[in-house]
Amino acid sequence: MMDDIKIMDAVERYINGQMNPDERVYFEQLRKSSPDIDQLVVEHTFFLHQLNRFDETKKLKHQLDDIHIDLAEKGLIRSPRLKGRAKVVYLVNRYKKTAAIAASIAGITVLTMSALIWQVSPVKQQSTELKDLSREIRAIKNQNQQQNREINTIKKNIGAPPAINYTTGGSGFLIDAKGYLVTNAHVIDNATNIAVQHAGGKDYIAKAVYVDKARDLAILKIEDTSFKASGSLPYGIKKTSADIAEPVYTLGYPRNEIVYGEGYLAAKTGYNGDTLTCQIAIAANPGNSGGPILNRNGEVVGILSARQVSVEGAVFATQAKYIYQALSELQKDTSYKKVKLPAASSLKGEDRQQQVKKISEFVYMVKVS
Amino acid sequence: MKAAVNEKLILQGLANNDKKAIETIYKENYNMVQALVVNNSGSADDAKDIFQETLIVLYEKVKSGTFELNCQIKTYVYSVSRRLWLKRLMHQNRFNLNPDSHEEVVSVEEDLEEHERRDSEFVLMEKAINNLGEPCKSLLEAFYMQKKNMQEIAASFGYTNPDNAKNQKYKCLMRLKKLFFTQYKTES
Repeated sequence: MMDDIKIMDAVERYINGQMNPDERVYFEQLRKSSPDIDQLVVEHTFFLHQLNRFDETKKLKHQLDDIHIDLAEKGLIRSPRLKGRAKVVYLVNRYKKTAAIAASIAGITVLTMSALIWQVSPVKQQSTELKDLSREIRAIKNQNQQQNREINTIKKNIGAPPAINYTTGGSGFLIDAKGYLVTNAHVIDNATNIAVQHAGGKDYIAKAVYVDKARDLAILKIEDTSFKASGSLPYGIKKTSADIAEPVYTLGYPRNEIVYGEGYLAAKTGYNGDTLTCQIAIAANPGNSGGPILNRNGEVVGILSARQVSVEGAVFATQAKYIYQALSELQKDTSYKKVKLPAASSLKGEDRQQQVKKISEFVYMVKVS
Repeated sequence: MKAAVNEKLILQGLANNDKKAIETIYKENYNMVQALVVNNSGSADDAKDIFQETLIVLYEKVKSGTFELNCQIKTYVYSVSRRLWLKRLMHQNRFNLNPDSHEEVVSVEEDLEEHERRDSEFVLMEKAINNLGEPCKSLLEAFYMQKKNMQEIAASFGYTNPDNAKNQKYKCLMRLKKLFFTQYKTES
């Protein structure tokens, strides 16, 4: 093993021309006498070349995106310009192009931790092929029991309605700042009470106003009067499907705290060729169900839906366009006429850290009893 | 003559990722490509995709070193974009392209074949890297792309010494190569 590392190190230094002349002569003799080393040099040169090209193309793509936005904004090309918040974001970015390296290191730590937790936690065996991503929120249960006891003592004095003990849950996100959320239908299956919890920890009572089991989609409305509409949503909801290999990320509540995960769109159809869903390669944990799948522009491309037991990392998502369809169904009831989906994202061109920071405000834990 | 020299400079700029050069190509050609796509049942977003892919084709060509452009940049860009858009339309089973305006077209088939090959390699590498998981992905990116040395990497990733970081880097590299070559061999 130690030798392999040394050999690889030498090969890389040889390819990159970092050897001194003596070393180089020696290494070239080694190459001649050992076909294995010779093969390794050839193969590794090719690989490094590929890696280099990948990096170049990726950088060029980013550069082209930046230039496109810049020229469109200055009116030098006839491409549609950014509007409203997106424009402010663009201006801020233009003058502040420093990348937050510290934040990315923090991100790595978080990812490593969640990867560890993921590996350590046992996979529950189930007879069904698809395992729903809802789960027991034990911590909340305990917390609630404790609150229950407290509330019960108060109740004795004032005769308040019995406190609700929430058990299973998933994630959900706002589609209208007035208090409408989307989640998975299975998350709220058989629910008598539904509550949603903000990233800040505050609970709101919600009710399901629309459920479509076929697409595993539900729309919830926050009923609590204490809920305040919080300005406009930063993300947009995409009407067209995403492309294969498009990088995506998700935010959700696999535990009692919001967790970030990233991956890519693996296939345009879901399990067994299901056309309502698409397949995503992402490290999703139980509890991520109902969370948004976003692309690099901060547009929602899907709703995370269920995990196939046999393939680790294969996750399915309901395509975002069905949110539009669900809403138009809902709006057959005229009392929901005013619900409006955010079509445009104001997060284009922003750092991932910034995007996540803004989006977290609008992703909720869904709890059910 | 002067115009030809100018075009050559712009292409050299593109090969060096020079912002000014890319902006110039962008400003002088984007509207033309957008018109082509939008007039043929595409959106402004499609136009952006097609135009940027075209610039990548051009970039690959100038980067290859042996490249001599024997027509104007505009003609080349138009020809590539037109071909790429036609391909995408065909993919959606729509074959008809509105009759061309009077733009000149050159043959770009060979360049596009090369581009397709490289594009699939790009996707392969992207997949392989994304499948690596953390911390391997960040570690290899820090070494091979951001060109950091082992001391810096050990410090920023929290390894106690550069040798441990090197050890981990080796394991990650082997995994990435395996992921990449398994796919590469099955596809080609």
